[in-house]
Amino acid sequence: MTSSMPHAPAGASDADDEAAEGRVYTVSGEDWDEIIAAANEARDFESGERLVVNMGPQHPSTHGVLRLVLTLEGETVAEVRAAIGYLHTGIEKNMEYRTWTQGVTFCTRADYLMPIFNEVVYCLAVERLLGIEDRVPERAQIIRVLLMELNRAASHLAGIGPMGFELGATTIFLQALRLRERMLDLFELITGLRMNHAYIRPGGVVQDLPPGALEAIRAFLDSAPKLVHDLRTLIDANPVFIGRTKGVAYLDLAGCMALGVTGPMLRSAGLPWDLRKSQPYCGYETYDFDVPVVDTCDAYGRYLVRIGEIEESLKIVRQCVDRLASRGSVGSETDPVMIRDAKIGWPAQLSLGPDGLGPSPEHIAHIMGQSMEALIHHFKLITEGFRVPAGQAYAAVESARGELGAHVVSDGGTRPYRVHFRDPSFTNLQSVAALCEGGMVADIIPAIASIDPVMGGVDR
Amino acid sequence: MSGPEETHKAGPEETHGAQAPQGPVPPVGDGDGNLPARLGEERLAEPVIRSGMFGVQTTGDTSGYGRLRVHKVPPIESPRPYGSYFDEVADALGSALEAAGVGFSDAIERVVADRGELTFYVRRERLPEVAAKFRDDPALRFELCGGVSGVHYLEDTGRELHAVYHLLSITHNRRVRLEVSAPDADPHIPSLVGVYPTCNWHERETWDFFGIIFDGHPALTRIEMPDDWKGHPQRKDYPLGGIPVEYRGAKIPPPEERRNYA
Repeated sequence: MTSSMPHAPAGASDADDEAAEGRVYTVSGEDWDEIIAAANEARDFESGERLVVNMGPQHPSTHGVLRLVLTLEGETVAEVRAAIGYLHTGIEKNMEYRTWTQGVTFCTRADYLMPIFNEVVYCLAVERLLGIEDRVPERAQIIRVLLMELNRAASHLAGIGPMGFELGATTIFLQALRLRERMLDLFELITGLRMNHAYIRPGGVVQDLPPGALEAIRAFLDSAPKLVHDLRTLIDANPVFIGRTKGVAYLDLAGCMALGVTGPMLRSAGLPWDLRKSQPYCGYETYDFDVPVVDTCDAYGRYLVRIGEIEESLKIVRQCVDRLASRGSVGSETDPVMIRDAKIGWPAQLSLGPDGLGPSPEHIAHIMGQSMEALIHHFKLITEGFRVPAGQAYAAVESARGELGAHVVSDGGTRPYRVHFRDPSFTNLQSVAALCEGGMVADIIPAIASIDPVMGGVDR
Repeated sequence: MSGPEETHKAGPEETHGAQAPQGPVPPVGDGDGNLPARLGEERLAEPVIRSGMFGVQTTGDTSGYGRLRVHKVPPIESPRPYGSYFDEVADALGSALEAAGVGFSDAIERVVADRGELTFYVRRERLPEVAAKFRDDPALRFELCGGVSGVHYLEDTGRELHAVYHLLSITHNRRVRLEVSAPDADPHIPSLVGVYPTCNWHERETWDFFGIIFDGHPALTRIEMPDDWKGHPQRKDYPLGGIPVEYRGAKIPPPEERRNYA
């Protein structure tokens, strides 16, 4: 082929043991006296007073397998370098070898705390390539918004809770995760899984809400605002929390722009930029909600934005439930959740039979006994998948962490030619040096927690 | 994978040069001259990118699709007007470049307005200049860069590697895409870290996955793959890998070797 780049077969070669500069101490616990003595010794005998400390990749405060290389001058952080890639799973490469529909199964696993956003942004890009953006049923769009907002709240809770935990507050952690658990229960009820749903598909969603889902969400909405309020009373004026987060991890608007930082971090710098308002998708322009903004530029401000967004998300979820309830019975033939296009829309609805989950008996009866056309479409879609006209598209959504973009390229075939996710965790994590350098080493913990990176999204 | 190159010229050639004569009255009886346009006719001059239907190259293919040839889609270029806010952006870019003494076509190869998105194909040596104009010109003001996405177009000879930048203007609430290409033999593209610092990690990622060297990047090292990894995994000539999986007595080959519906 035309390539001039030599490629070895996949697999890393053996690394040479790198000769580290200076003395290396391996810390395995219970030998801190030795380390302190060694650090003092280094201070005395070596010219520099800088201590290089490796933090991670297995560190409880790094929200996953993030590794930070810190250069410390006493308690002051002189340099922070982030090393990532420990959770790289080749999601983008794998998607090139699966059909357009199967791609959802992969991309949902990228940022595992906000799977719905991954699915939606990928499907929006594919729908734009197909030119069917306007033909996706309204019911499917409402369900997408419903799940996205539940997911946003759940993701923020998984950011706030561990942040409190890392600052020493077990109660914040437990309260936040207790509430998040209720949301995961709803996800399980609706999609069948607590995470990695693969529920949103190009053209709509895979399945209508199950019976009883609206009642379950209503019951949740009756109690959730109270729990969020409890969380606020626990954190908002907590002197320890404020002491650890106020004025910490400062990043102003110019810094955010230069580093491409979006989401709650940008809104904590005073800019009310939210794609749901500025470039609406999935019908967000028809919902009534506010965009919380603060101008403190610090970790505390980011917490305020996130907790405010949880409250707003619950408001949107309530509107979605009302709309769905007013649209009549669940699973109605006249109110589909998948595009009515025999060449794109997945034909079968799943149902639970005596031998497990599978296409519904009505659908099987239809294709086997009534319609040859339907059988052909079913067979083609399930074996071959649909074709997407050649070209490229970029779709972006306001995810829990900022602008999540999907750049999808098609060569006209049944599989994506290239899928790239512009993941907000990846981009926002770049700012870790700007947030931490010059500060105290203890402030690294709230700084990272205020970025709220998820390594699944960073590394993909 | 090497099949299509040889089969390209083997097909019948009669459709070539079958343009309708430009006379006032088309000659009657001239068979080829008066035929309706065939679907995909514009692709026939382009190289074949796929052949067959199921990835089978031997005589074992009894599907009847063995002679299927799929040609590459020719590069599209959108004529004016582009529609939406695209013309304004193109005009603003043109005057900004002119003020700097650069002709529009010196910097921009072509413009594509497709599916509601505007793409500027930028000549690679002009990229930092053009990006700076996009960021600073008051009529453009694309403050936010969404990073780099690499694409490896294996069949796009001479311009295999593409770097795609998605810019966002918060001032005007607009989006635009810049696309730059480089040949595999000379995979160099100027770095945009100086214009958009957010490109730092994104360019490292694109180097890691595609082998595009971003000239001027402060520390172009691998970011996702281990430091000593060989090759650039997202390139199209880099295998996916995998092993067959046994399930209920049947062996399922790895995704790469499965039958595919091209």
